[in-house]
Amino acid sequence: MDVLYFAWVRERIGLPKEKVETEAATVNDLVAELSAREDRYAAAFADLSALRVALDQELSDFDAPLQGVREVAFFPPMTGG
Amino acid sequence: MRIAVQQEEFDLGAEANAFAASDTANGAIVTFTGVVRDLARGDLDVMEIEHYPGMTERAITKIAEEAKSRWSLGDVLVIHRHGRLAPGDRIMMVATAAPHRKDAFEAAEYLMDYLKSRAPFWKKEISASGADWVAAKDEDEDALSRW
Repeated sequence: MDVLYFAWVRERIGLPKEKVETEAATVNDLVAELSAREDRYAAAFADLSALRVALDQELSDFDAPLQGVREVAFFPPMTGG
Repeated sequence: MRIAVQQEEFDLGAEANAFAASDTANGAIVTFTGVVRDLARGDLDVMEIEHYPGMTERAITKIAEEAKSRWSLGDVLVIHRHGRLAPGDRIMMVATAAPHRKDAFEAAEYLMDYLKSRAPFWKKEISASGADWVAAKDEDEDALSRW
C-alpha cells in the first residue's frame, strides 16, 4: 500500500510517500511495524494523540482495519481556513 | 457549487460578483475571506500551506454537501489556496447564497468551522526566528460540537 506523510510527520520521517509491504491488520499494527524500523519513525509516532490518520482519503481511526485499503496517510491535526 | 483548491491568487471582487449574479432566487449572499495574519512580533516572511491533493477536494466537497443538506442554500463557493503566501495574502474564501440571510450566515460559519479542522491543510509560519507548524487549537475542534 502507499503510505503518505504530511506536515511535521513528513519532515520527521524524511519522506512524503513510500510503498509498504505489510500484513498489518489495523492502523495500530502498521504504526507498530513502522516504529520498529528506525528511530525517525518511532519519533514521529511517539504520541498518537497528536496524529490523525486517513484511509483511502477518508479520516479514520488507529484501530481501523486495513483490509482492502490502498492508501494510508498520517498527519497532524489539520489547520485549514 | 464550486470547490477550487489552487496555488494561484483569486480575485475576491470578481468571484463575489460572479457568485452573487448566479440566481435571482437568492436574496442573501454571505462571503468570508481568510487572510494571512502577521505574527504578533510582525516578522512573518512566508506562510507555507501544505495540503493532501485528492483528499482536500473530497473533504471540502463533503463539507459543502453537508451544508447544503442542513440549510436552504442556492449555491456554495469555496476557494482555498496552498503554497507560499505572504502576510496580507488571501488564503481562502467561502461564499453562500440563500433565499434568506440566516441560512447564508449559518452555512458560511459551518463551512468555516469544518474547513478549519476537517480539510487537510497544514500551515507553517516562516520568519527570521525559524519555521513553526501552526498547531490546531482545541477551541477550533470544540467549535464543531455546536453543529
